[in-house]
Amino acid sequence: MNTSCAIEMRGITKRFGQVVANDSIDLSIKRGEILSLLGENGSGKTTLMNMLAGIYQPDEGEILQDGLPIAIRSPKDAYDHGIGMIHQHYKLVDVFTAAQNIVLGLNDQKLDLKSINAKVKAICDKYSFVIDPAMKIYDMSVSQKQTVEIVKVLYRGADILILDEPTAVLTPQETDKLFAVLHNMKADGKAVIIITHKLNEVMEISDEVAVLRKGKYIGTVKTSETDPQALTDMMVGHAVVLNIDRPKFEKPVPRLKVQGLTCIDHEGITKLDGVSFTANGGEILGVAGIAGSGQKELLESISGLYPVKEGSVSFIGGDGKAKELVGMTPMQIRKTGVGMAFVPEDRLGMGLVGSMGMTGNMMLRSWRKGKGIFLNKKSPEDLAKKIWDELEVVTPSTSFPVRRMSGGNVQKVLVGREIASQPKILMTAYPVRGLDINTSYTIYNLLTEQKMNGVAVLFVGEDLDVLLELCDRILVLCGGKVSGIVDARSATKEEIGFMMTTLGGKENA
Amino acid sequence: MSAIIALIVAAVTFGTVLMFGTLGEILTEKSGNLNLGVEGIMYMGGAFGLAGAFNYEQAVGAASSSGLLAILIAIISAFAAGAIASLVYGFITITLRANQNVTGLALTIFGTGVGQFTGEFLRVREGNFVALSNHLKDSFANPIMPKFLQDIPILGKILFSHSVFFYIAVILAIAMHLFFVKTKKGMYLRAVGESPSTADAAGINITLYKYLATIIGGGISAIGGMVYIVTTAGCVWNHAGLSGVGWLAVALVIFCLWRPLNAIWGSVLFGALMIMYLRVRIPFIPTEIYKILPYVVTVIVLVFSSMRNNKEKQPPASLGANYFREER
Repeated sequence: MNTSCAIEMRGITKRFGQVVANDSIDLSIKRGEILSLLGENGSGKTTLMNMLAGIYQPDEGEILQDGLPIAIRSPKDAYDHGIGMIHQHYKLVDVFTAAQNIVLGLNDQKLDLKSINAKVKAICDKYSFVIDPAMKIYDMSVSQKQTVEIVKVLYRGADILILDEPTAVLTPQETDKLFAVLHNMKADGKAVIIITHKLNEVMEISDEVAVLRKGKYIGTVKTSETDPQALTDMMVGHAVVLNIDRPKFEKPVPRLKVQGLTCIDHEGITKLDGVSFTANGGEILGVAGIAGSGQKELLESISGLYPVKEGSVSFIGGDGKAKELVGMTPMQIRKTGVGMAFVPEDRLGMGLVGSMGMTGNMMLRSWRKGKGIFLNKKSPEDLAKKIWDELEVVTPSTSFPVRRMSGGNVQKVLVGREIASQPKILMTAYPVRGLDINTSYTIYNLLTEQKMNGVAVLFVGEDLDVLLELCDRILVLCGGKVSGIVDARSATKEEIGFMMTTLGGKENA
Repeated sequence: MSAIIALIVAAVTFGTVLMFGTLGEILTEKSGNLNLGVEGIMYMGGAFGLAGAFNYEQAVGAASSSGLLAILIAIISAFAAGAIASLVYGFITITLRANQNVTGLALTIFGTGVGQFTGEFLRVREGNFVALSNHLKDSFANPIMPKFLQDIPILGKILFSHSVFFYIAVILAIAMHLFFVKTKKGMYLRAVGESPSTADAAGINITLYKYLATIIGGGISAIGGMVYIVTTAGCVWNHAGLSGVGWLAVALVIFCLWRPLNAIWGSVLFGALMIMYLRVRIPFIPTEIYKILPYVVTVIVLVFSSMRNNKEKQPPASLGANYFREER
């Protein structure tokens, strides 16, 4: 056994119900080394690391420390083994000071601020941090909070540090500072694992790169012996032929024109930055990007659910006249006669009411139509029956709560309802996530059918194989900006993968 | 002048009841558990506290009963009743992770029923009248401070003419304040209520803290019910007077911004608002208007504290949410 491995994971498998999040993964990290854990969202990176941090328990496999098997049953066990994880969502108590957060849960010490401050200062000096121990967390910037998290972990004597997407919320300057600190830690003989999907950072900081894809371990390579292109290939995999039927619509016409769309969230972070594109009727426009690159904000701002800072979204009607949609509520948009349908990512949260049956959920779209104060149940009931029939939804009745249906059937109900409103623009976010192959194809066919009816379809997806075979054009987002728009018939998976991780890839459309 | 002093003294008497209810609920809520069963818990505390004192006197005889022992037994009986009820609440919400609001409301319904049943059962069993000897009644309700302190003009009445329970409540409030801000355990408890995942990751036993805070908090709240019965109600089961007190305590927790020290003056203020209708009569104003004053004040405080958005004056961040480590 190679004892220079600080931590070794062997054959780790973790399931959540039916979903296999980690499938027999092997990973090892040495002291004095920085390992990047690379993979797309949903590839199981965080799940794997949470098992080291004691948040989850592996279903199969073993974890070895310095060659000896260990059990990590709780976060406390992890600390006892010198493993500290800095989670993506910081685990800090807002109303406490930095010092209070740092010593939280340490039973062997008195609450003596002086000695705590001295020890904190020693750690800060060693790795060149700056924090004020008496500052409250709610007064801190994200980067300061992160520093507190790192100091907290070091204070507990961790020599194996896991950082989950530490740079996602940092400015470039802050990122440089963080990397300098990580280098200091490495020089100090600590083992550092950094979860990321930013290739430039991987190349800059790490000694080795381990790649995960769809819960499977792909391999580990030395950073010095690889390049971004090779890593992208490992991350996205080879193209798989899906044989999705893709007819060409003869005369696509511009339907939706988005110009310079910029959105800023409530924390002041720019989610969309000058996004411009045109979606044509009779075309499926795919939207690709690492999760959190602005896909959700894009769809929601088009449909009037997300506040727009700048830019315009205009709907181009059959008569060629443009209608500005920015500033309208979803209800106003509907009233102006712009047929827009939205299949959200969160099906049972935003799309359907879980405890209602199919009929009730159909009514969410039509409840205003009844006479007087009474609901008109007849037409939604008919619609529910129609969808039940045509899309082969498996359910005992139209009043059976949709929450208790399988994911695929839930999605059929949702897509069926949205299509039934005869939209001019159909927006879908991850419509086949979690669905089996057959249902996925049903959804693809439904979308293609809509396209052939002249509808402008926006398809936000995560599986590049699907995007390449289903869509006509693909818009690639990278950090809220348009990295490029490519023709899906000629683009390659590697090309898109590269555009997702590096702004611009090749050219800006 | 004497009318004002009398109002303050009466306010303190009723405020003591509220103070126990509020302090218990503050402790519970600091762990992130919103126990809406305070009303039921205080009913149970009232009935069982009275039953404890009564049975004690029956057992040893009125002549040889000790006031101090009776007070202790009443406190322990009430505390135990509240603690057991809260243990049930804790099991359902902490271990089984059921909805806290629903469970708390169910506990209120259950507790008022149990309290009412016990109180009535006692009355019927003893032939329509549960009576403690005057000697015990006095030791519950009479001032305990030395005579010379009570004789200080004005201040003597306001500060030193109260029953033993008021001073216990004040000491408890100060102790709880020191526990929260000065001790490690208190800090950990606050961490559990603010961010359980943080506390968990720091190796704090969330379940233990939540259970202890809920059980002890429930016990303290229950003492409030007992105090009402043995002081204001004159050692007679009086469900009508106790009704609504638990809800007032829940409102008071918000009014106090989850701070035990605020509970001292907050309780007395609420006590005053609640008895105003007896002492400050203004013609043509129905008593119901007076009775809503405490709630109106709570709403105003809530509006202002929300508007100012001061991070220090907010409820525990995870109040009402159950914690499950593997939740995704």
